[in-house]
Amino acid sequence: MRFLMTVNAGASAPDEQLYAEMGKFVEELTRAGVLLATGGLDPGTHVTSSGGKITLTDGPFSESKEVIVSFALLEVRSKDEAVELARRFWKIAGDGEGDIRQVFGPEG
Amino acid sequence: MTTDIAAAHRAVDAVWRIESARIIAGLARLVRDVGLAEELAQDALVAALEQWPAEGIPAKPGAWLMLTARHRAIDRIRREERFAGKLALLGRELEAEQGGAPAEFEAAGDDERIDDDLLRLMFISCHPVLSTEARVVLTLRLLGGLTTGEIARGLLTTEPVIAKRITRAKRTLASSQVPFEVPPAKDRPARLASVLEVLYLVFNEGYSAMAGDDWMRPALCTEALRLGRVLAGLMPDEPEVHGLVALMEIQASRIPARLGPDGLPVPLPEQNHGRWDHLLIRRGFTALLRAQQLRRPPGPYVLQAAIAACHARARTGAETDWRQIALLYEALAALTPSPVVELNRAVAVAMAGDIEAGLRITEDLAAGAELAGYHHLPSVRGDLLARLGQYVKAAGEFRRAAALTRNNPERTMLLRRADDCDAQRQRRGDVSP
Repeated sequence: MRFLMTVNAGASAPDEQLYAEMGKFVEELTRAGVLLATGGLDPGTHVTSSGGKITLTDGPFSESKEVIVSFALLEVRSKDEAVELARRFWKIAGDGEGDIRQVFGPEG
Repeated sequence: MTTDIAAAHRAVDAVWRIESARIIAGLARLVRDVGLAEELAQDALVAALEQWPAEGIPAKPGAWLMLTARHRAIDRIRREERFAGKLALLGRELEAEQGGAPAEFEAAGDDERIDDDLLRLMFISCHPVLSTEARVVLTLRLLGGLTTGEIARGLLTTEPVIAKRITRAKRTLASSQVPFEVPPAKDRPARLASVLEVLYLVFNEGYSAMAGDDWMRPALCTEALRLGRVLAGLMPDEPEVHGLVALMEIQASRIPARLGPDGLPVPLPEQNHGRWDHLLIRRGFTALLRAQQLRRPPGPYVLQAAIAACHARARTGAETDWRQIALLYEALAALTPSPVVELNRAVAVAMAGDIEAGLRITEDLAAGAELAGYHHLPSVRGDLLARLGQYVKAAGEFRRAAALTRNNPERTMLLRRADDCDAQRQRRGDVSP
């Protein structure tokens, strides 16, 4: 089962120690064979489609807590495993918020 | 409150899944007995189920389980005289780590040492004193952290059968006094081949899962892939490990495309390449590159991965470089001669344009006894004969293949192809083969 773990804007800015700890965590997950991909995201451009009309709005956005700034794609055996890994992530990352969502695959 | 407890239990289960192999591996080094190590780890799991719901999950759950298991080990050794000899060993290890609880927790999770232990555990689970079946089950149990029930569902058998197999395997390891070590250099190639074989067997077991099967079956693919990735991290200088990982990543990439909307298998050349999982393909290519960068003569897994990569590179079935695939099969046949490899080479030769040459290879195989009963042989022959317009012979081969396969959707597909051949023949008004 794949899960997309996302982190919203507004989490504490990384200092050197956090950076090192997170690096170690990412390496651990890679070696354990569960981290498939990871990346950071620009606030980007918001797209609205309404009645055939496409409206583009460039960031930064005021509701920054709803904007996803980074993600990790995990391959684990259960949602509980994804939750446990998220727990370990946030223990390192500190205050902030994000989501854990299953990515549907052939297994449903 | 009960839901809280249920949630806590699920959290404990998840931690167990993530940590159990490393805990069992670390304990096995201390007690020199894999079976005992697993029992001790299970004791720690029981303790976690009792304590974590009330106290919360500890900051370092893996280290907590390891330390608890060590303490249980000492308790048990004190209780049971038969383990008395192991007390001295354990005592020494623990003494070395005394110096306040936090230090002890840190030491329990010493990463490099645990990596070595994990590698030893992989080798011992796939030890040649065990039957292949026992190696598969023990690997899923000790390294995958799967329950007896999950293994039984994955392998289409019953829990008591698996439980018995595990018990017997542990007893065999103990009575053969198999040392807990990475095999010495002279034995390593053969021992590594056994580990790779077991992982690929698990993968193929999952890959052969059908629509409607228990989800534990396809989950075996992911499990084999995960263990392969772990092994590649532990043995980065072994090209065959990267080769197997590459092979599994690329094969797994086809899972979304291999069954049609009717649940019937779609042959590789006809699959919609757009539905392949390109993330896994990229990972497979990276693993293959790692293998090739080690600059050693390619082994069977590297060659098979290179073949899989040829398929993956093609944007459509028609763009597949079958000539290259035929050459790779030739190299594979030279390295590991087998009628199945020959059959695959026949397909590649035919797909590369020389159908008659492909058919001649299958005729040699049909004359031999080794592939009698193997439904892929008549299925391939049927395909090649149909391409040559020999519909009567082709229909006969497809029906022979249908009678041999035990897989229902595949039988349906083969019979359908036989009927197609009959229809083609009638359309042509042909009576001759």
